[in-house]
Amino acid sequence: MSASIHRLPAPFDHAPIEIVERRLPWGLLALLGVAFVLLPLLGGDYWLNAILIPFLVLSLAGLGLNLLTGYTGQTSVGSAGFMAVGAFATYGFLLREPGLPLPLALVAGGLFAAAVGFVVGIPSSRIKGFYLMVTTLAAQFFLEWVFVKFPWFYNHASSGTISAPRLEIFGHPLGSAEGRYLLTLGTVAVLTWVAVNLVRSQIGRNWMAIRDMDTAAAVIGIPVERYRRLAFAVSSFYLGIAGALWAFAYLGTASAGSFDINRSFQILFIIIIGGMGSIAGSFIGAAFISLLPILLSHGGQLVFGGSLDAGQVQNLQKVIFGVLIIVFLIREPEGLVRLLAKLRARLAVWPLRF
Amino acid sequence: MQKPFKRSLAAALAGLAAAAAAPQTLAGSNEQFFPLATYRVGAYASSGIPVWAGMIDYLRYINDVEGGINGVKLVWQECETEWTAEKGIECYERFKKGLNGAPVAIYHPNGAPAAYALSDKAAADKIPLITLGYGRTEATDGGVFPYNFPAMLTFYSEASVVINYIAQREGGFEKLKGKKIATVYHDSAYGRETQGTLELLAKKYGFENIQIPVADPGNEQSAQWRQVRQAKPDWVFLRTWGVSTPVAIKTAARFGFPADRIIGDIWASSNEDVLPAGEAGKGYLALTPYPGGAGFDIHKRIKQHILDKGKSDLKDPKSFGSVYYNSGLINAAIAVEAIRAGQKKFGNRPLNGEEGRWGLEHLNIDDARLKDIGFGGLMQKLKLSCSDHEGGGAARVQQWDGAKWNLVTDWIQADRKLLRPLIDAKSAAYAKEKAVTPRDCSKA
Repeated sequence: MSASIHRLPAPFDHAPIEIVERRLPWGLLALLGVAFVLLPLLGGDYWLNAILIPFLVLSLAGLGLNLLTGYTGQTSVGSAGFMAVGAFATYGFLLREPGLPLPLALVAGGLFAAAVGFVVGIPSSRIKGFYLMVTTLAAQFFLEWVFVKFPWFYNHASSGTISAPRLEIFGHPLGSAEGRYLLTLGTVAVLTWVAVNLVRSQIGRNWMAIRDMDTAAAVIGIPVERYRRLAFAVSSFYLGIAGALWAFAYLGTASAGSFDINRSFQILFIIIIGGMGSIAGSFIGAAFISLLPILLSHGGQLVFGGSLDAGQVQNLQKVIFGVLIIVFLIREPEGLVRLLAKLRARLAVWPLRF
Repeated sequence: MQKPFKRSLAAALAGLAAAAAAPQTLAGSNEQFFPLATYRVGAYASSGIPVWAGMIDYLRYINDVEGGINGVKLVWQECETEWTAEKGIECYERFKKGLNGAPVAIYHPNGAPAAYALSDKAAADKIPLITLGYGRTEATDGGVFPYNFPAMLTFYSEASVVINYIAQREGGFEKLKGKKIATVYHDSAYGRETQGTLELLAKKYGFENIQIPVADPGNEQSAQWRQVRQAKPDWVFLRTWGVSTPVAIKTAARFGFPADRIIGDIWASSNEDVLPAGEAGKGYLALTPYPGGAGFDIHKRIKQHILDKGKSDLKDPKSFGSVYYNSGLINAAIAVEAIRAGQKKFGNRPLNGEEGRWGLEHLNIDDARLKDIGFGGLMQKLKLSCSDHEGGGAARVQQWDGAKWNLVTDWIQADRKLLRPLIDAKSAAYAKEKAVTPRDCSKA
């Protein structure tokens, strides 16, 4: 092959490097300000403990799965298994290396999960689609079994649960609701920033090329197998950290049962409902899955509290939740994020539509 | 990417902010709040529903017939947990500040995952948790676990009760030597909890301790019962739960192991556990701290004042007096009696969590009191203290006759002194791991 074929048509020396005009993202900064400063001040225990922390952790888990499924096109139902690895590994590090600071333990837990994810992802070089999904299903059940079967992982506790060691960062205790919220928010913010940049980088573009058509991606020279395994590893890193936060920042305790197949499905639904291949979609999906039932529960209590049979009210909420999922998915199969984008486009030209 | 991202994130959070109304509080009400963290949907709903009926019927009885606890009326509200930890936390956070000014004195997590998740949170918020028949065994040590009350019967005591019952049947502890006792257990934290205890007891009494795990969910157990048949144990202690119990009973019958040599544990002792087994369940034994039956004194009172007046929460009247219904009665009664005990010190007013704990730690329900409140025979004597958050440690053995449970023994007491070192070791390990400084119980 001669070199001349590869020569570029024109030198890029004078081409504009900055195409998009850079502005400070005021909206995002304001949002972060509210999230970091205002909410911990005004939130109260119920908001922080019961609503915001689980929402953030589920968003992070959704984000992790989105990297694998939404960006690389590999469906996984083993997310909860990787979360469990992250949780148990972080616990192990904190327990057996008492001097290890919390952020490092979290990263170590995530790396451990990434390693496990990498191993589980090895078959992705040979199989894809539903067959690959079945291997992740196997991983889910295997990991769950491991964390029940071997007491070493939970320090031989008779209850089989691990509980959060003292949470502190550089001597600051994080045991309070505010502390755990800020820990979660900080982690999620940093990892989201990384993810945003990752999917815009060479790696992210390669992933999307593989998702859209793996043969074509291979033809243009992307090492498909390597990037598929990389997606597994990175996704599991995110899920591992989400698992550790779920166990320690949110529940305060965890057992293998906290990371069962239902959790995997929950995370898969988050990205399906929120929007595959969209970072914002992970957050919106998590909000839908985790906040709507709480809202319905409060609504049910407000409207029917005491007047209707409690069991009926609970079942009614389930029905409404299910119907809403179906309605949204029929209305917009690409997820809520797409629905919002459409709405925004419409509002932009409102009221002069034509 | 970035613009829709921030906009939609902002939209999501704005929606969030609009979503929940802040709970209003009115000061100065003379009501005690009973939060009910229930599960009426999900996999375990069928066992939960009679429990809530029992609790609500008892609270209603206290309100309508006795005029509340020393004049303090009870109010309650439900919150659905689906037996999960995360919904359990949400309910707890929703309820912990009370309801319209009525404070929370005692909280029932109703479900092992929620109980573990709330253990530390409740201690920080100073709200005592009652976990009857589940939860951390080592929380018996109130010095390390000031706000956890595994009242009446822990899994350790349960194992000891079984061995004591077997000794009774065999004619004395010396007869246990050389006997084979197999434990068929659900392979989970719950199922494995008694292993240490049985090992200790086997060493002490010289019986052979055989442990046979059943993997979750346990709807196929031929391998396990083939193992049982090969080992030819004299007794089988069945520590399964959910669907694995009727399957175990049926499979045992198929392999020719007699049902009256199987003793089920707390979570394998309800009507729902034996009914699906049909004929095979006849003669099946089970130990329980809340025996089935609708003939106790409290049942007559509740029938007269609540059921017959159409105020009961029971959907299916057949469940009246079922094991789970009775467990609801007992759960509610312990809480009510603890508040009564607390009122003796703090006055006849609604109590907060800290005062509720004082009440629990000074709870003393003796035989006379049991008779008074109509729980004679249904509930054991219960005396809690700072160093002993379990109290009773006894259970009765009941036998299924194909239609109902019949009590075959009186209360059988566990050898709690023998087991205490195991508990102390576990709680000390917990205290070390969490860097908790135990309370000095001699001063409490």
